[in-house]
Amino acid sequence: MAATTHQAGSIGLRSRRWSPRARHDFLWGLIFTSPAILGLLFFRVYPVLASLYYSFTSYSIFGSPRWTGLENYRTLISDKNFWKSLFNTVYFLSFSIPLGILVGLGLALLLNMKVQGMSFYRTIFFLPSIVPAVASAVIFNYVFNPQYGILNNLLRVFGINGPGWLAHPSWAMPALIIISIWGVGNLMLILLAGLQDVPQDLYDAAFVDGAGKAQRFRHVTIPFLSPHLFFALITGLIAGFQYFAQPYVISNGTGGPARSTLVYGLYLWQNAFKFYRMGYASAMAWVLLIIIVITTLITFRALSRRVYYGGA
Amino acid sequence: MANVTLAHTSERAGSARASRIISQILAHSTLLILSFLFFIPFFWMITSSFKINSQLSAFPIVWVPNPVTFEHYTNGLQQVPFTRWILNTLIVCAFSVLGTVISCAMVAYGVSRINWPWRNPLFAVLLATTMIPDQVTFIPLFIIFRNLGWVNTYLPLTVPAFFANAFFVFLLRQFFMSIPQELSEAAKVDGASELTIFTRIILPLAKPALATVGLFQFLASWGDFFGPLIYLSRTEQYTVSLGLTFFQGEYTSQFGSLMAASTVMLLPVLVLFFFTQRTFIQGITLTGIKG
Repeated sequence: MAATTHQAGSIGLRSRRWSPRARHDFLWGLIFTSPAILGLLFFRVYPVLASLYYSFTSYSIFGSPRWTGLENYRTLISDKNFWKSLFNTVYFLSFSIPLGILVGLGLALLLNMKVQGMSFYRTIFFLPSIVPAVASAVIFNYVFNPQYGILNNLLRVFGINGPGWLAHPSWAMPALIIISIWGVGNLMLILLAGLQDVPQDLYDAAFVDGAGKAQRFRHVTIPFLSPHLFFALITGLIAGFQYFAQPYVISNGTGGPARSTLVYGLYLWQNAFKFYRMGYASAMAWVLLIIIVITTLITFRALSRRVYYGGA
Repeated sequence: MANVTLAHTSERAGSARASRIISQILAHSTLLILSFLFFIPFFWMITSSFKINSQLSAFPIVWVPNPVTFEHYTNGLQQVPFTRWILNTLIVCAFSVLGTVISCAMVAYGVSRINWPWRNPLFAVLLATTMIPDQVTFIPLFIIFRNLGWVNTYLPLTVPAFFANAFFVFLLRQFFMSIPQELSEAAKVDGASELTIFTRIILPLAKPALATVGLFQFLASWGDFFGPLIYLSRTEQYTVSLGLTFFQGEYTSQFGSLMAASTVMLLPVLVLFFFTQRTFIQGITLTGIKG
């Protein structure tokens, strides 16, 4: 009902384009959305174009930019730290996203078993996700401390000699991945809400048709959750490429030990604000933008047709 | 759970019940172990902040501080202007929340309740720009703010909040669209302007959604690190995130004071969560995002 009147309205608007009503609506539309329009221009369009320009210049913040053409991009290709930081970021993403989705889904399924004390458990699992990134890095720096931290002390109870974690080049990244999984509560809540939306009669129908537990999970639960899982994947990718605060805090901005936590965002920041190579950092920013756009498009192409929106 | 309905004999019902009890026990023990793991960092942070120094590095670990000391709160935190940092952060939070709530409510109104040709394209563009990483925009913005003389002020951290955030616009738009259009039409017949409809009808109805947006923005500003890191350089101006980082860099092995500082930083977040649990959970499940 509402949809039909709405359509009639917009058709009418098209035939006599600038009726007083249409002009009135257009004006008020502009007024109400002006913060977003100005915000887009000042904080999105201008900076994106300006950083594209800076990426072709040599620019320390103190002088003025000097045009150098493709120089920055050519330097990037042979910059070992650039490749290392890209590798570290991809390493982080390829574990934190799938593991995060698995743990989030596992917790949501457990909580959906209608066990007693469900709101208590839900609170415990959710809390870490609202801890500010800096605070969790400081807390885990102590939790992971090889000698005094609680983790290695607990492992010792089971006779395991824990590694150096954040102090060790090959264990620092796994430690960061663990911290990120600790904050999975947000995703868990979304998936739990998704699980509670699955109509019970579908499970019953699948059961009558002889579907086992695994089949019901595969053919009823997963399709209903797919929009949420897809959303988690996309936002996880975009956020993961910008990962910054925790590696900064645990390495004091250096990306150490031995560049093992030098993620892309951190190396970019170092170029801009430690080495004052604004042009070079802008080139890195544009490479990042292109990587994010391409990854997102590929993910959309590959998966969006397999996402089931019937339940939403 | 559905299998119970199909069990014919009491014997089969009995075995179904037994297997259900077993699965409940399994679920509970898994949940207990997992919640232990998820809670340990909090426990470790809080207890350590009350431990005397020798117990902070004791082996085997000391679970319960004995004696309980408040030294890390009274002396430890006084090595740095911690109270000042909290006040600074609250100022930034207050203005960011104000700016976000006002601007996002306006924009959401414009893309949901006014029928004009740019409505949908503008909203789509707004959502698409969330893909642009902050790393791409921060250098030109830094240069602008520097030329305006805004470095070492809170303006770069608060002014952008007055220009609407796409995620929150999305959240509010969902809510605004659920309010019957007839309410607006009736008010228009009575001669109300868009502004009157917005302030007198829509905003009062949208209070819960506005509260959600305010809450998420508060948390985002409270925990923000990157903005303060690039714009603030004088220690007494720091926000609590930046201060905690500075503290960690300066006093690397003063675990008691560091845990006390983390506890103080987490306190408002936890208190807010416990008082607004329902708003929180609805907000997250409505949009599938965190602020």
